Amino acid sequence: MKSNLYFRRVAVIGAGLTLFRRRLLETPQELAWEASRKALDEAGLDLKDIDCVVIGSAPDAFDGVHMKGEYLAHGSGGIRRMVTRVFVGGATGVMVPITAWYHVASGLCQKVLAVAEEKMSPARPHPQSVFRYIWDPITEKPLNPNLIWIFAMEMHRYMYVNKISKEEIALVSVKNKRNALNNPYAQAAGNITVDDVLKSEILVWPVQLLDTSPVSDGAAAMVIVSEDIARRYTDTPVWIEGVGWALDNTEWTGRELTYPRYLEYAARMAYKMAAIERPSKEIDVIEPYDPFDYKELHHIEGLMIAKRGEAPKLLKEGVFDIDGDIPSSPSGGLLGVGNPIAAAGLMKTISIYWQLKGTAGKMQVKKPVHTGLAQAWGDLMQASTVIVMRN
Amino acid sequence: MDGTPLKEEDLKKVSTIVYKPNAKYAYSAGQAYSKFLLGLKDKKIIGRKCNKCGRVYVPPRMYCDDCFRPTDEWVEVRDEGIIETVVASFISWTRERIEKPEIVGVIRLFPSNDKDWVFPGLFHRICAEFEEVKNMSLFGKKVKAVWKDNREGSINDIECFKVIE
Ligand SMILES: [Zn+2]
Repeated sequence: MKSNLYFRRVAVIGAGLTLFRRRLLETPQELAWEASRKALDEAGLDLKDIDCVVIGSAPDAFDGVHMKGEYLAHGSGGIRRMVTRVFVGGATGVMVPITAWYHVASGLCQKVLAVAEEKMSPARPHPQSVFRYIWDPITEKPLNPNLIWIFAMEMHRYMYVNKISKEEIALVSVKNKRNALNNPYAQAAGNITVDDVLKSEILVWPVQLLDTSPVSDGAAAMVIVSEDIARRYTDTPVWIEGVGWALDNTEWTGRELTYPRYLEYAARMAYKMAAIERPSKEIDVIEPYDPFDYKELHHIEGLMIAKRGEAPKLLKEGVFDIDGDIPSSPSGGLLGVGNPIAAAGLMKTISIYWQLKGTAGKMQVKKPVHTGLAQAWGDLMQASTVIVMRN
Repeated sequence: MDGTPLKEEDLKKVSTIVYKPNAKYAYSAGQAYSKFLLGLKDKKIIGRKCNKCGRVYVPPRMYCDDCFRPTDEWVEVRDEGIIETVVASFISWTRERIEKPEIVGVIRLFPSNDKDWVFPGLFHRICAEFEEVKNMSLFGKKVKAVWKDNREGSINDIECFKVIE
């Protein structure tokens, strides 16, 4: 049964992406502008039609500029408008359309431009070093951690508890990089094998180079509007039917890392709103967050699309292939398209929007799709955001 | 316009601005971490317990996240526990290659059990070899803190955790 039906219906009517690349020439504002311009063009709107702007960027430290809200606002069409910046680390990319959704659902705004941007490449000597400042300054930073440590610790625990091999996990990277061959925006597409992953540079065992997404720059934008506006501008609106977001405790060292509980909370909220009772039967296509290959499996379980520890088995059976029962990351995901953090989450949402609109081109999945889901994750291991859409 | 990727030769033409921000921080450890750090100096691992839900926070917290009330008492947990997870880093925090991998992980300290919703957990170095990380034999092993001789009230007063059985 649907709950909370006191708000207005909200639709997506346009989206735009820049290329995802390492070291783009354009500034963050220019990237935001390019994605925004494309989204407005697809929607058939101009900036003067927009009431509100929502912008998202993950750690400021990447672009090398604090006060990112003000900095990004002009490139995102925010001048002399209501502007909101949202920030939940890696979960930001999906928090951006969620926030745009409640701006419209509440009746506050009619037409919202939702923009996410990230440039990871400026950081020196490597974006890794910037990540040092997200750890606790007293109990963790003195150990000189790099961000991959935390993923490796979670991945190894997931493998140990569920008895999953590196080979089974590497199949995610193989699938996503292959899917990205169909994506004109992708940075890290390719036909690779499990063997390539297992032979790639060891970063932080069990994480190897091809288990990870690349350093990227890029931007993404979406136009999100109320039902009456949507009907006026398009015959094929895509509806935002459920949203969810949650945090788990920040003491990541004091909880079980095998299962993404933060995501289960967020997913339950979104499913309730969208009246989804059996996610594995009712959802046709998904874009779970995949900055690392194991993370897609971890998240498929947190989304309750597979039982705990069973995502690798379904992956091997082809369930998540582009022509499978529940295609997962048909865009190529972060592993294949690239990972400009906040922009990557919005890219996943846009991928689902294009799938449901039927305009995903070569990325379009084989089966007819009616319900899709995008998800992101971030902060120090504990924030998650989920969006469910229908056509 | 899709965004313009720079080519390798372009990178030779661009000038890089190297800027070292003059930003320095003097953190306040607060009540909980101060007691924790002083404890480390005495080879003790100090936590805070919430008597309402029974959770023990290590590193300590003055409030319980879930009950949203003050935690009630200081507790000393053992400097022994179980390896929850362990990894081997072949890169430094600046992403330079390092030859001898650094082994780190999470230790669930005693008293606790594997059913605890929140447990006293410490992220630290583990004295072990890469092979033991790779073959996963360290998981579930009992470890004990190896304390430094000269302790100054820092997380680094513990050298690492060492397998004891
Ligand atoms: Zn409590």
